[in-house]
Amino acid sequence: MEASGIRITQHPILDFPERRKVKFYWEGKELEGYEGEPIAAALHAAGIKVLHKSLKQGRPRGFFCAIGNCSSCLVVVDGVPNVRACTEKLRAGMRIEMQEGVGPVPVSKE
Amino acid sequence: MIRTELAIVGAGPAGVCAALEAASYGVKVTLLDREQWIGGQLVKQTHKFFGWYEKSAGTRGVVIAKDLAVKVKANPDIRFMGSTEVLGYYQADGVLLLETPQGIQTLKPERLLVATGASEKMILFPGNDLPGVYGAGAVQTLMNVHGVRPGKSVLMIGSGNIGLIVSYQMAQAGVKVAAVVEALPHIGGYAVHASKIRRLGIPIYTRHTIKEAYGTDCVEGAVIWQLDDDWQGIPGTEKQLDVDVICLATGLTPLCEFLWQAGAEMTDIPELGGFVPLYDEHMETTAKGIYVAGDAAGIEEASTAMAEGRLAGLAIAYSLGKVPDHEFSRKRQDCLKELAELRAGPTSQAILKGLAAMREQMGKQARAQTRKKVRS
Repeated sequence: MEASGIRITQHPILDFPERRKVKFYWEGKELEGYEGEPIAAALHAAGIKVLHKSLKQGRPRGFFCAIGNCSSCLVVVDGVPNVRACTEKLRAGMRIEMQEGVGPVPVSKE
Repeated sequence: MIRTELAIVGAGPAGVCAALEAASYGVKVTLLDREQWIGGQLVKQTHKFFGWYEKSAGTRGVVIAKDLAVKVKANPDIRFMGSTEVLGYYQADGVLLLETPQGIQTLKPERLLVATGASEKMILFPGNDLPGVYGAGAVQTLMNVHGVRPGKSVLMIGSGNIGLIVSYQMAQAGVKVAAVVEALPHIGGYAVHASKIRRLGIPIYTRHTIKEAYGTDCVEGAVIWQLDDDWQGIPGTEKQLDVDVICLATGLTPLCEFLWQAGAEMTDIPELGGFVPLYDEHMETTAKGIYVAGDAAGIEEASTAMAEGRLAGLAIAYSLGKVPDHEFSRKRQDCLKELAELRAGPTSQAILKGLAAMREQMGKQARAQTRKKVRS
Protein backbone atom coordinates (compact mmCIF):
# COMPACT_ATOMS: atom_id res chain seq x y z
CA MET A 1 0.00 0.00 0.00
CA GLU A 2 1.21 3.49 -0.73
CA ALA A 3 1.23 6.18 1.96
CA SER A 4 -2.45 7.08 1.72
CA GLY A 5 -3.33 3.42 1.18
CA ILE A 6 -6.16 4.32 -1.10
CA ARG A 7 -4.66 3.25 -4.44
CA ILE A 8 -4.59 -0.50 -4.98
CA THR A 9 -1.12 -1.56 -6.06
CA GLN A 10 -1.39 -5.32 -5.47
CA HIS A 11 -4.46 -7.42 -6.11
CA PRO A 12 -4.92 -11.21 -6.19
CA ILE A 13 -6.79 -11.17 -9.52
CA LEU A 14 -6.48 -7.82 -11.25
CA ASP A 15 -3.51 -5.87 -12.60
CA PHE A 16 -3.45 -2.11 -12.52
CA PRO A 17 -0.89 -0.97 -15.07
CA GLU A 18 1.19 2.16 -14.47
CA ARG A 19 -0.38 5.23 -15.99
CA ARG A 20 0.85 8.76 -16.59
CA LYS A 21 0.57 11.06 -13.60
CA VAL A 22 -0.82 14.50 -14.34
CA LYS A 23 -1.41 17.64 -12.31
CA PHE A 24 -4.84 19.20 -12.00
CA TYR A 25 -6.55 21.72 -9.77
CA TRP A 26 -9.38 21.23 -7.28
CA GLU A 27 -10.80 24.48 -5.93
CA GLY A 28 -7.51 26.11 -6.95
CA LYS A 29 -5.35 23.55 -5.12
CA GLU A 30 -2.87 21.53 -7.16
CA LEU A 31 -3.38 17.76 -7.00
CA GLU A 32 -2.10 14.71 -8.89
CA GLY A 33 -4.04 11.94 -10.57
CA TYR A 34 -3.74 9.52 -13.46
CA GLU A 35 -4.49 10.72 -16.95
CA GLY A 36 -7.71 9.23 -18.31
CA GLU A 37 -9.16 8.04 -15.01
CA PRO A 38 -12.51 9.58 -14.03
CA ILE A 39 -12.25 12.87 -12.16
CA ALA A 40 -14.17 11.27 -9.27
CA ALA A 41 -11.55 8.50 -8.93
CA ALA A 42 -8.69 11.00 -8.91
CA LEU A 43 -10.44 13.18 -6.33
CA HIS A 44 -11.42 10.20 -4.18
CA ALA A 45 -7.80 9.00 -4.20
CA ALA A 46 -6.81 12.51 -3.10
CA GLY A 47 -9.22 12.27 -0.17
CA ILE A 48 -11.91 14.54 -1.64
CA LYS A 49 -15.43 13.21 -1.31
CA VAL A 50 -17.67 16.30 -1.40
CA LEU A 51 -18.11 17.21 -5.07
CA HIS A 52 -21.39 19.08 -5.21
CA LYS A 53 -23.81 21.04 -2.99
CA SER A 54 -27.45 20.13 -3.40
CA LEU A 55 -29.85 22.45 -5.21
CA LYS A 56 -32.24 23.45 -2.43
CA GLN A 57 -30.56 22.82 0.89
CA GLY A 58 -26.91 23.00 -0.07
CA ARG A 59 -26.22 19.57 1.39
CA PRO A 60 -22.92 17.90 0.50
CA ARG A 61 -23.03 15.39 -2.33
CA GLY A 62 -20.48 12.86 -3.56
CA PHE A 63 -20.70 10.28 -6.29
CA PHE A 64 -23.27 7.51 -5.80
CA CYS A 65 -23.47 5.26 -8.89
CA ALA A 66 -20.05 6.02 -10.43
CA ILE A 67 -21.26 5.12 -13.92
CA GLY A 68 -23.07 8.25 -15.07
CA ASN A 69 -26.65 7.38 -14.12
CA CYS A 70 -27.47 9.47 -11.08
CA SER A 71 -26.01 13.00 -11.42
CA SER A 72 -25.02 13.13 -7.75
CA CYS A 73 -21.43 14.12 -8.61
CA LEU A 74 -21.84 17.20 -10.81
CA VAL A 75 -18.80 19.50 -10.83
CA VAL A 76 -17.62 22.57 -12.75
CA VAL A 77 -14.74 21.80 -15.14
CA ASP A 78 -12.88 24.71 -16.73
CA GLY A 79 -15.95 26.91 -16.16
CA VAL A 80 -18.44 24.41 -17.59
CA PRO A 81 -21.06 23.27 -15.04
CA ASN A 82 -22.94 19.96 -14.75
CA VAL A 83 -20.00 17.75 -15.69
CA ARG A 84 -20.32 14.24 -14.22
CA ALA A 85 -17.15 13.68 -12.21
CA CYS A 86 -17.62 9.91 -12.39
CA THR A 87 -17.45 9.68 -16.17
CA GLU A 88 -15.37 12.69 -17.27
CA LYS A 89 -11.78 11.67 -17.84
CA LEU A 90 -8.96 13.52 -16.12
CA ARG A 91 -6.65 15.64 -18.29
CA ALA A 92 -3.53 17.55 -17.31
CA GLY A 93 -4.24 21.06 -16.10
CA MET A 94 -7.99 20.64 -15.60
CA ARG A 95 -9.48 23.20 -13.24
CA ILE A 96 -12.25 21.55 -11.29
CA GLU A 97 -14.55 23.29 -8.80
CA MET A 98 -17.25 22.07 -6.48
CA GLN A 99 -20.62 22.84 -8.02
CA GLU A 100 -23.18 24.72 -5.93
CA GLY A 101 -26.70 23.89 -7.07
CA VAL A 102 -27.04 24.35 -10.82
CA GLY A 103 -23.62 25.95 -11.06
CA PRO A 104 -22.53 29.06 -12.96
CA VAL A 105 -23.66 29.93 -16.48
CA PRO A 106 -20.65 29.13 -18.68
CA VAL A 107 -18.90 32.27 -19.90
CA SER A 108 -18.50 32.46 -23.66
CA LYS A 109 -14.94 33.00 -24.90
CA GLU A 110 -16.00 35.60 -27.52
CA MET B 1 -27.07 10.08 -40.74
CA ILE B 2 -25.70 6.58 -40.22
CA ARG B 3 -27.91 3.70 -41.33
CA THR B 4 -27.70 0.20 -39.96
CA GLU B 5 -29.81 -2.95 -39.86
CA LEU B 6 -29.60 -3.38 -36.11
CA ALA B 7 -28.63 -0.84 -33.47
CA ILE B 8 -27.91 -2.22 -30.00
CA VAL B 9 -27.77 0.17 -27.08
CA GLY B 10 -25.49 -1.33 -24.45
CA ALA B 11 -22.45 -3.58 -25.00
CA GLY B 12 -22.95 -5.63 -21.85
CA PRO B 13 -23.56 -9.39 -21.80
CA ALA B 14 -27.04 -9.12 -23.37
CA GLY B 15 -26.10 -6.61 -26.09
CA VAL B 16 -22.89 -8.38 -27.10
CA CYS B 17 -24.50 -11.83 -27.30
CA ALA B 18 -27.32 -10.37 -29.41
CA ALA B 19 -24.77 -8.69 -31.70
CA LEU B 20 -22.79 -11.90 -32.20
CA GLU B 21 -25.93 -13.96 -32.83
CA ALA B 22 -27.45 -11.48 -35.32
CA ALA B 23 -24.12 -10.97 -37.08
CA SER B 24 -23.74 -14.73 -37.47
CA TYR B 25 -26.67 -14.46 -39.95
CA GLY B 26 -25.08 -11.52 -41.74
CA VAL B 27 -27.05 -8.74 -40.01
CA LYS B 28 -25.11 -5.46 -40.06
CA VAL B 29 -24.92 -4.44 -36.42
CA THR B 30 -24.00 -1.14 -34.79
CA LEU B 31 -23.17 -1.80 -31.15
CA LEU B 32 -23.21 1.29 -28.94
CA ASP B 33 -21.85 1.85 -25.45
CA ARG B 34 -21.10 4.93 -23.39
CA GLU B 35 -17.92 3.26 -22.11
CA GLN B 36 -14.88 2.65 -24.29
CA TRP B 37 -14.88 -1.05 -23.42
CA ILE B 38 -16.97 -4.07 -24.44
CA GLY B 39 -18.55 -6.20 -21.71
CA GLY B 40 -20.52 -3.74 -19.57
CA GLN B 41 -20.41 -4.59 -15.89
CA LEU B 42 -18.62 -7.92 -16.56
CA VAL B 43 -15.29 -6.05 -16.67
CA LYS B 44 -15.66 -5.43 -12.92
CA GLN B 45 -16.67 -8.90 -11.90
CA THR B 46 -13.71 -10.78 -10.52
CA HIS B 47 -15.81 -13.65 -9.21
CA LYS B 48 -16.38 -16.92 -11.04
CA PHE B 49 -19.67 -17.62 -12.74
CA PHE B 50 -21.59 -20.80 -12.18
CA GLY B 51 -20.85 -22.43 -15.44
CA TRP B 52 -23.48 -21.49 -17.97
CA TYR B 53 -21.19 -19.49 -20.18
CA GLU B 54 -20.74 -21.79 -23.17
CA LYS B 55 -20.70 -24.74 -20.79
CA SER B 56 -17.42 -23.67 -19.17
CA ALA B 57 -17.89 -23.54 -15.43
CA GLY B 58 -15.99 -21.24 -13.16
CA THR B 59 -15.06 -18.46 -15.57
CA ARG B 60 -14.51 -15.02 -14.06
CA GLY B 61 -16.62 -12.11 -15.36
CA VAL B 62 -13.48 -10.20 -16.36
CA VAL B 63 -12.37 -13.15 -18.52
CA ILE B 64 -15.82 -13.50 -20.18
CA ALA B 65 -15.68 -9.78 -21.01
CA LYS B 66 -12.27 -10.12 -22.69
CA ASP B 67 -13.44 -13.13 -24.68
CA LEU B 68 -16.59 -11.34 -25.87
CA ALA B 69 -14.57 -8.26 -26.84
CA VAL B 70 -12.21 -10.38 -28.99
CA LYS B 71 -15.18 -11.96 -30.77
CA VAL B 72 -16.87 -8.61 -31.42
CA LYS B 73 -13.70 -7.01 -32.77
CA ALA B 74 -13.04 -9.99 -35.06
CA ASN B 75 -16.54 -9.79 -36.57
CA PRO B 76 -16.68 -7.65 -39.74
CA ASP B 77 -20.46 -7.28 -39.50
CA ILE B 78 -20.34 -5.57 -36.08
CA ARG B 79 -19.34 -1.96 -35.79
CA PHE B 80 -18.58 -1.12 -32.16
CA MET B 81 -18.97 2.54 -31.26
CA GLY B 82 -17.54 3.05 -27.76
CA SER B 83 -17.49 6.23 -25.67
CA THR B 84 -20.80 6.94 -27.38
CA GLU B 85 -23.78 8.03 -25.38
CA VAL B 86 -27.24 7.56 -26.85
CA LEU B 87 -29.01 10.78 -25.91
CA GLY B 88 -32.50 9.87 -27.02
CA TYR B 89 -34.82 8.10 -29.39
CA TYR B 90 -37.00 10.05 -31.80
CA GLN B 91 -40.12 7.96 -32.17
CA ALA B 92 -41.60 9.65 -35.25
CA ASP B 93 -38.46 9.14 -37.33
CA GLY B 94 -37.07 6.03 -35.62
CA VAL B 95 -33.78 7.85 -35.12
CA LEU B 96 -31.26 7.66 -32.28
CA LEU B 97 -29.27 10.75 -31.35
CA LEU B 98 -25.67 9.92 -30.43
CA GLU B 99 -22.94 11.86 -28.69
CA THR B 100 -19.74 10.36 -30.06
CA PRO B 101 -16.11 11.40 -29.54
CA GLN B 102 -16.44 13.01 -33.00
CA GLY B 103 -19.53 15.00 -32.03
CA ILE B 104 -23.28 14.62 -32.39
CA GLN B 105 -24.51 12.05 -34.93
CA THR B 106 -27.81 10.46 -35.85
CA LEU B 107 -28.40 6.77 -36.44
CA LYS B 108 -31.38 5.18 -38.16
CA PRO B 109 -31.64 1.44 -37.60
CA GLU B 110 -34.13 -1.01 -39.08
CA ARG B 111 -34.31 -2.78 -35.73
CA LEU B 112 -33.40 -1.52 -32.26
CA LEU B 113 -32.37 -3.61 -29.28
CA VAL B 114 -32.39 -1.93 -25.89
CA ALA B 115 -29.87 -3.71 -23.66
CA THR B 116 -29.21 -0.85 -21.27
CA GLY B 117 -29.05 -2.85 -18.05
CA ALA B 118 -30.03 -1.51 -14.67
CA SER B 119 -29.45 1.14 -12.05
CA GLU B 120 -29.21 0.81 -8.29
CA LYS B 121 -32.07 1.29 -5.90
CA MET B 122 -31.75 3.69 -2.98
CA ILE B 123 -33.25 3.01 0.45
CA LEU B 124 -34.48 5.57 2.98
CA PHE B 125 -32.56 6.43 6.14
CA PRO B 126 -31.35 9.68 7.69
CA GLY B 127 -28.05 10.68 6.11
CA ASN B 128 -28.49 8.54 2.99
CA ASP B 129 -27.34 11.47 0.83
CA LEU B 130 -23.97 11.91 2.58
CA PRO B 131 -20.86 11.43 0.47
CA GLY B 132 -19.59 7.98 1.42
CA VAL B 133 -22.95 6.32 0.77
CA TYR B 134 -22.22 4.47 -2.47
CA GLY B 135 -23.99 1.93 -4.62
CA ALA B 136 -22.38 -1.52 -4.63
CA GLY B 137 -21.74 -1.15 -8.36
CA ALA B 138 -19.98 2.15 -7.71
CA VAL B 139 -17.65 0.52 -5.21
CA GLN B 140 -16.96 -2.28 -7.68
CA THR B 141 -16.19 0.25 -10.42
CA LEU B 142 -13.94 2.35 -8.23
CA MET B 143 -11.94 -0.67 -6.99
CA ASN B 144 -11.87 -3.10 -9.87
CA VAL B 145 -11.68 -0.70 -12.82
CA HIS B 146 -9.91 2.34 -11.40
CA GLY B 147 -7.87 0.69 -8.64
CA VAL B 148 -9.07 3.03 -5.89
CA ARG B 149 -10.30 1.74 -2.53
CA PRO B 150 -13.68 3.13 -1.46
CA GLY B 151 -12.49 3.83 2.08
CA LYS B 152 -11.08 2.22 5.20
CA SER B 153 -14.09 0.50 6.71
CA VAL B 154 -17.40 -0.35 5.11
CA LEU B 155 -20.93 -1.24 6.15
CA MET B 156 -22.65 -3.32 3.46
CA ILE B 157 -26.45 -3.08 3.29
CA GLY B 158 -27.98 -6.17 1.70
CA SER B 159 -26.89 -9.81 1.56
CA GLY B 160 -28.09 -10.70 -1.91
CA ASN B 161 -25.41 -12.00 -4.29
CA ILE B 162 -24.23 -8.47 -5.15
CA GLY B 163 -23.82 -7.52 -1.47
CA LEU B 164 -21.95 -10.73 -0.71
CA ILE B 165 -19.74 -10.67 -3.80
CA VAL B 166 -18.80 -7.00 -3.46
CA SER B 167 -18.03 -7.55 0.25
CA TYR B 168 -15.64 -10.32 -0.76
CA GLN B 169 -14.11 -8.13 -3.47
CA MET B 170 -13.50 -5.39 -0.91
CA ALA B 171 -11.72 -7.87 1.32
CA GLN B 172 -9.62 -8.94 -1.71
CA ALA B 173 -8.71 -5.30 -2.26
CA GLY B 174 -7.65 -4.85 1.36
CA VAL B 175 -10.71 -2.92 2.57
CA LYS B 176 -12.21 -3.79 5.96
CA VAL B 177 -15.87 -4.81 5.83
CA ALA B 178 -17.25 -4.06 9.30
CA ALA B 179 -20.57 -5.84 8.78
CA VAL B 180 -23.21 -6.93 6.31
CA VAL B 181 -26.82 -6.23 7.33
CA GLU B 182 -29.86 -7.94 5.87
CA ALA B 183 -33.46 -6.96 6.63
CA LEU B 184 -34.79 -10.43 5.80
CA PRO B 185 -34.56 -13.21 8.41
CA HIS B 186 -32.17 -15.10 6.12
CA ILE B 187 -29.21 -14.40 3.83
CA GLY B 188 -30.44 -13.45 0.36
CA GLY B 189 -27.60 -14.71 -1.84
CA TYR B 190 -26.02 -18.10 -2.52
CA ALA B 191 -24.54 -19.97 0.46
CA VAL B 192 -21.21 -20.32 -1.39
CA HIS B 193 -20.76 -16.51 -1.46
CA ALA B 194 -21.94 -16.10 2.16
CA SER B 195 -19.52 -18.79 3.36
CA LYS B 196 -16.60 -17.05 1.65
CA ILE B 197 -17.13 -13.82 3.55
CA ARG B 198 -17.99 -15.56 6.84
CA ARG B 199 -14.69 -17.44 6.63
CA LEU B 200 -13.00 -14.03 6.57
CA GLY B 201 -14.73 -13.18 9.86
CA ILE B 202 -17.14 -10.63 8.39
CA PRO B 203 -20.36 -10.71 10.45
CA ILE B 204 -23.70 -10.96 8.62
CA TYR B 205 -26.56 -9.59 10.72
CA THR B 206 -29.92 -10.85 9.45
CA ARG B 207 -33.13 -9.08 10.55
CA HIS B 208 -31.04 -5.89 10.82
CA THR B 209 -30.99 -2.66 8.89
CA ILE B 210 -29.33 0.73 8.99
CA LYS B 211 -30.95 3.26 11.35
CA GLU B 212 -28.90 6.24 10.29
CA ALA B 213 -25.67 7.44 8.74
CA TYR B 214 -23.94 10.30 10.49
CA GLY B 215 -21.17 12.75 9.73
CA THR B 216 -20.73 16.45 9.02
CA ASP B 217 -19.66 16.51 5.37
CA CYS B 218 -19.13 12.78 4.76
CA VAL B 219 -20.02 9.49 6.39
CA GLU B 220 -18.24 9.19 9.74
CA GLY B 221 -20.26 6.27 11.09
CA ALA B 222 -23.49 4.34 11.00
CA VAL B 223 -26.00 2.95 13.44
CA ILE B 224 -27.63 -0.40 12.71
CA TRP B 225 -30.47 -2.02 14.60
CA GLN B 226 -32.57 -5.15 14.72
CA LEU B 227 -35.99 -5.36 13.05
CA ASP B 228 -39.12 -6.88 14.53
CA ASP B 229 -41.60 -8.99 12.53
CA ASP B 230 -43.32 -5.80 11.29
CA TRP B 231 -40.02 -4.51 9.88
CA GLN B 232 -39.78 -1.85 12.63
CA GLY B 233 -36.48 -1.14 14.40
CA ILE B 234 -36.28 -2.39 17.99
CA PRO B 235 -35.08 0.34 20.39
CA GLY B 236 -32.18 -0.78 22.54
CA THR B 237 -30.69 -3.05 19.83
CA GLU B 238 -28.65 -0.28 18.19
CA LYS B 239 -25.00 -0.92 17.32
CA GLN B 240 -22.69 1.89 16.33
CA LEU B 241 -20.19 1.15 13.57
CA ASP B 242 -17.12 3.22 12.90
CA VAL B 243 -17.25 3.24 9.09
CA ASP B 244 -16.43 5.79 6.39
CA VAL B 245 -18.36 4.01 3.62
CA ILE B 246 -21.90 2.67 3.50
CA CYS B 247 -22.42 0.46 0.51
CA LEU B 248 -25.95 -0.17 -0.78
CA ALA B 249 -26.72 -3.52 -2.39
CA THR B 250 -30.46 -3.20 -2.03
CA GLY B 251 -31.51 -4.18 -5.49
CA LEU B 252 -31.53 -2.93 -9.05
CA THR B 253 -34.17 -1.47 -11.28
CA PRO B 254 -34.31 -1.73 -15.10
CA LEU B 255 -32.96 1.23 -17.09
CA CYS B 256 -35.68 1.66 -19.67
CA GLU B 257 -35.80 5.34 -20.67
CA PHE B 258 -35.51 4.58 -24.40
CA LEU B 259 -38.44 2.23 -24.21
CA TRP B 260 -40.58 4.87 -22.51
CA GLN B 261 -39.50 7.31 -25.24
CA ALA B 262 -40.27 4.77 -27.92
CA GLY B 263 -43.83 4.40 -26.60
CA ALA B 264 -43.46 0.74 -25.57
CA GLU B 265 -46.10 -0.45 -23.08
CA MET B 266 -44.52 -0.57 -19.63
CA THR B 267 -45.69 -2.27 -16.47
CA ASP B 268 -44.59 -2.27 -12.83
CA ILE B 269 -43.57 -5.77 -11.72
CA PRO B 270 -41.79 -5.80 -8.34
CA GLU B 271 -40.31 -9.29 -8.93
CA LEU B 272 -38.53 -7.94 -12.03
CA GLY B 273 -37.22 -4.81 -10.27
CA GLY B 274 -39.85 -2.19 -11.20
CA PHE B 275 -41.12 -0.93 -14.54
CA VAL B 276 -40.34 -3.28 -17.40
CA PRO B 277 -41.55 -3.34 -21.00
CA LEU B 278 -44.11 -5.89 -22.13
CA TYR B 279 -42.37 -8.20 -24.61
CA ASP B 280 -43.21 -11.34 -26.55
CA GLU B 281 -41.40 -14.66 -26.99
CA HIS B 282 -39.08 -13.02 -29.55
CA MET B 283 -38.08 -10.33 -26.99
CA GLU B 284 -39.94 -7.75 -29.10
CA THR B 285 -41.73 -4.99 -27.18
CA THR B 286 -45.11 -3.52 -28.15
CA ALA B 287 -43.19 -0.86 -30.09
CA LYS B 288 -42.76 -2.60 -33.44
CA GLY B 289 -39.15 -3.43 -34.31
CA ILE B 290 -37.87 -2.54 -30.84
CA TYR B 291 -36.51 -5.41 -28.78
CA VAL B 292 -35.23 -5.74 -25.23
CA ALA B 293 -32.82 -8.12 -23.47
CA GLY B 294 -30.93 -8.43 -20.19
CA ASP B 295 -31.62 -6.45 -17.04
CA ALA B 296 -33.59 -3.83 -18.99
CA ALA B 297 -36.22 -6.57 -19.47
CA GLY B 298 -36.23 -7.47 -15.76
CA ILE B 299 -33.46 -7.88 -13.20
CA GLU B 300 -31.74 -11.27 -13.32
CA GLU B 301 -28.06 -12.03 -13.78
CA ALA B 302 -25.45 -12.13 -16.52
CA SER B 303 -26.01 -15.72 -17.66
CA THR B 304 -29.71 -15.12 -18.36
CA ALA B 305 -28.83 -11.76 -19.95
CA MET B 306 -26.54 -13.59 -22.40
CA ALA B 307 -29.22 -16.17 -23.23
CA GLU B 308 -31.86 -13.45 -23.72
CA GLY B 309 -29.40 -11.54 -25.91
CA ARG B 310 -28.88 -14.58 -28.14
CA LEU B 311 -32.66 -15.07 -28.42
CA ALA B 312 -33.20 -11.41 -29.33
CA GLY B 313 -30.35 -11.48 -31.87
CA LEU B 314 -31.78 -14.61 -33.46
CA ALA B 315 -35.33 -13.21 -33.58
CA ILE B 316 -34.11 -9.94 -35.09
CA ALA B 317 -32.15 -11.78 -37.80
CA TYR B 318 -35.29 -13.84 -38.49
CA SER B 319 -37.48 -10.72 -38.71
CA LEU B 320 -35.05 -9.36 -41.31
CA GLY B 321 -35.55 -12.51 -43.36
CA LYS B 322 -32.05 -13.91 -42.73
CA VAL B 323 -32.90 -17.13 -40.92
CA PRO B 324 -34.77 -20.06 -42.52
CA ASP B 325 -38.01 -20.97 -40.68
CA HIS B 326 -36.91 -24.45 -39.55
CA GLU B 327 -33.56 -23.21 -38.26
CA PHE B 328 -35.23 -20.35 -36.42
CA SER B 329 -37.70 -22.57 -34.61
CA ARG B 330 -34.98 -25.08 -33.65
CA LYS B 331 -32.57 -22.42 -32.36
CA ARG B 332 -35.33 -20.55 -30.62
CA GLN B 333 -36.25 -23.74 -28.74
CA ASP B 334 -32.59 -24.09 -27.71
CA CYS B 335 -32.58 -20.54 -26.32
CA LEU B 336 -35.86 -21.05 -24.46
CA LYS B 337 -34.59 -24.34 -23.04
CA GLU B 338 -31.41 -22.66 -21.82
CA LEU B 339 -33.41 -19.86 -20.19
CA ALA B 340 -35.70 -22.40 -18.51
CA GLU B 341 -32.65 -24.26 -17.14
CA LEU B 342 -31.10 -21.03 -15.86
CA ARG B 343 -34.36 -20.22 -14.09
CA ALA B 344 -34.89 -23.68 -12.61
CA GLY B 345 -33.41 -23.00 -9.17
CA PRO B 346 -35.39 -22.08 -6.05
CA THR B 347 -34.05 -18.48 -6.16
CA SER B 348 -35.71 -17.98 -9.56
CA GLN B 349 -39.25 -18.58 -8.32
CA ALA B 350 -39.94 -14.84 -7.93
CA ILE B 351 -38.54 -14.16 -11.41
CA LEU B 352 -40.83 -16.80 -12.93
CA LYS B 353 -43.82 -15.29 -11.13
CA GLY B 354 -42.87 -11.83 -12.42
CA LEU B 355 -42.40 -13.11 -15.97
CA ALA B 356 -45.79 -14.85 -15.85
CA ALA B 357 -47.44 -11.59 -14.75
CA MET B 358 -45.72 -9.71 -17.59
CA ARG B 359 -46.80 -12.32 -20.16
CA GLU B 360 -50.38 -12.22 -18.95
CA GLN B 361 -50.49 -8.48 -19.54
CA MET B 362 -48.78 -8.93 -22.90
CA GLY B 363 -51.49 -11.44 -23.85
CA LYS B 364 -54.25 -9.02 -22.86
CA GLN B 365 -52.56 -6.26 -24.83
CA ALA B 366 -52.28 -8.46 -27.94
CA ARG B 367 -55.95 -9.50 -27.69
CA ALA B 368 -57.02 -5.85 -27.33
CA GLN B 369 -54.97 -4.97 -30.42
CA THR B 370 -56.68 -7.75 -32.40
CA ARG B 371 -60.15 -6.52 -31.35
CA LYS B 372 -59.21 -2.98 -32.40
CA LYS B 373 -58.12 -4.23 -35.83
CA VAL B 374 -61.29 -6.24 -36.29
CA ARG B 375 -63.46 -3.21 -35.49
CA SER B 376 -61.67 -0.77 -37.79
